Amino acid sequence: MSTPTTVEPAADPRAPLFRRLPVISHFNKSVGLQRGMLVAGLILTTAFVLTAIFAPLLAPYGYAQLSDADGSFPAQQAPGGKHLLGTTVGGYDVLSRVIWGTQTAIMVIVVAVLMSIFIGVILGLVSGYIGGWLDRILVVVADAIYAFPSLLVAIVMAIVISGGQSSLLGGIMAAAISITVVFIPQYFRVIRAETIRLKAEPFVEAAKVVGASDIRIMSRHIYKNATRTLPLIFTLNASEAILTMAGLGFLGFGIEPSSAAEWGFDLKQALADTTSGIWWTGVFPGLAIVLTVVGLTLMGESINDLNDPRLRGRKKAASGKGGPDSNAAAKAGIQAEVSSS
Amino acid sequence: MTTLIEAPPTDADGLLPSKKKSSGGGLGQYILIRFLLIFPTIFILVTLVFFLMRITGDPITAAMGGRLPPEQLAERITAAGYDRPILVQYFEYLGQLATGNFGTTLSDNRQVTEMLATYGSATLELTINALLVARLVGIPLGMVAAYRRDHAPDAVLRVFAIVCYGTPVFFAGMLLKLTFAVWLGWLPVAGRAKTSSELELTSLQSPTGIYWLDAIRSGNMAALGDVMAHAVLPAVALGLLTAGIFLRLVRTNVIGTLGRDYVEAGRSRGVSEFRLVTKHAYKPALIPIITVMGLQIAVMLGGAVLTETTFEWKGLGFQLATYLTARDFVAVQGIVVLLAVIVAVTNFIVDIVAALIDPRVRY
Repeated sequence: MSTPTTVEPAADPRAPLFRRLPVISHFNKSVGLQRGMLVAGLILTTAFVLTAIFAPLLAPYGYAQLSDADGSFPAQQAPGGKHLLGTTVGGYDVLSRVIWGTQTAIMVIVVAVLMSIFIGVILGLVSGYIGGWLDRILVVVADAIYAFPSLLVAIVMAIVISGGQSSLLGGIMAAAISITVVFIPQYFRVIRAETIRLKAEPFVEAAKVVGASDIRIMSRHIYKNATRTLPLIFTLNASEAILTMAGLGFLGFGIEPSSAAEWGFDLKQALADTTSGIWWTGVFPGLAIVLTVVGLTLMGESINDLNDPRLRGRKKAASGKGGPDSNAAAKAGIQAEVSSS
Repeated sequence: MTTLIEAPPTDADGLLPSKKKSSGGGLGQYILIRFLLIFPTIFILVTLVFFLMRITGDPITAAMGGRLPPEQLAERITAAGYDRPILVQYFEYLGQLATGNFGTTLSDNRQVTEMLATYGSATLELTINALLVARLVGIPLGMVAAYRRDHAPDAVLRVFAIVCYGTPVFFAGMLLKLTFAVWLGWLPVAGRAKTSSELELTSLQSPTGIYWLDAIRSGNMAALGDVMAHAVLPAVALGLLTAGIFLRLVRTNVIGTLGRDYVEAGRSRGVSEFRLVTKHAYKPALIPIITVMGLQIAVMLGGAVLTETTFEWKGLGFQLATYLTARDFVAVQGIVVLLAVIVAVTNFIVDIVAALIDPRVRY
């Protein structure tokens, strides 16, 4: 059985709750390089989230602001002075749009991933549990969408939903739903595979004997067990959501600049600037995307590697750092091995 | 993207009956069943796109709405048959597809098949170039990272890989353009060739549409150089995206095989470390690598849309963006069908290659 990710390791049950929290337990388990990557990812992601929360305080201007008390902003002004990172061809302040862009990104990620988890998990549970023709049809449809270039699926969805024009909420919903359609097959696949495995477990049969209804078995017994890998997929998909949204914006199927700051759209506008050597309109929103995605990916990948006993760096016994940590790691490794075979 | 790497999807479903049975069902049967599975994939995508596109209205209103008075619009819609029930139109469209008739584009009135052939070759050229870059960069570096696991080179390479696939391809393209085309002036900014060489190459007898191939065939060295110079930046931009994925993939799988006994046995026989990594450890790691590489074709085609727009590379992706903006649904459907066929056929080939390399895949 191959799920995309390995099983969330069970931390030492005797450790205090704090040490068993997902990221903390991973941090304790990591060594050297891996710890560095995890920490770098954590720092970048935290910075991203904090920027989004405090955007109103951090940004010098509004995302759609074109003038202040001194008059209109100049167009394509080089970085410096009143506009630390310069202004765009439309006269927006680049720094402000980069900062406000974090809010848009977070909103889209949260809405998109939550929706796809919700729908994907339900479909996966039902499909895996009930099986039969329903299962076959859903699998073939999910596979077809999964195999197809995700950006194209998102574009088609974006056109269907918004038809081009978009307000803030409409634009975010359109972007989020487009991304959702791309992600549902992934969640569906993982949950379905887990459900099929769990369906054969004795505790499901026990529940049946006791007389639990199908819905109860699905929603309590299987659901709880099948969703252990989801936090990890969430991290990995969050970065993909940002890339998909930026791609949509870059092709002109994203959010209008007056309703929200969106990095992809800014890059689209900046493309024409590059030939005349104007770099600041594109480089900064681009860097924002790269840093956010790299942060999320570093975090997700480190957690993934730490969950995978084959890839986890081993603590050297000689370093004297053994003790409960490496013990827990070893246990988790065995557990992961057992439950994934 | 990253989740793909450890999940060859064809394994997880249990959809392929021959996989489940440990006895019976030879390679021939496996290939046949796998081949038949191509059709539902294409069929589903065609159906989805057809109905999704029609939800937004008929193509003529979308293309001409506002520019024509309502009576004329209605007349045109009736003439084109778009006022009939959608199911009738759907089956008619399927019937046309079956006979290879993709229709005529609405915005520039061309045969869709001819349009696909013209721009498809440009996309093919870009994809080949990018795959070459990805292979040359990703695979050797992945081996280095695996061999020097948890040391400085590994750390640097892993971060490099993450940055590679964390960078949107259009941003990478923009940076490359700024650096090498605008500031250094070494390479052209956009396009596939200079106008003069483009004219020469397209006026050849039966051109392949792949410019460097045409240039070689006609022995036109100046044009060849020009075409090559234009190809570098788009290929690197799109290639690096995939190189990151290749690097990570090769690293993970070679780490797995490097720990095996036969590698240790090879080492004790005095096989050189270089050979151990590139032959003994790499070869058995190939199956997951090939599977994921096949899946990358979808990522590549998606990336091609963005790369082509960035570099004004007149391929399918560039045209797709143009047609989408013009709401030319006939053209969009044509392109989507072609891409669906490419993806489905690639996945088929990948599965077959994997089965040929490792007989266990089937059982």
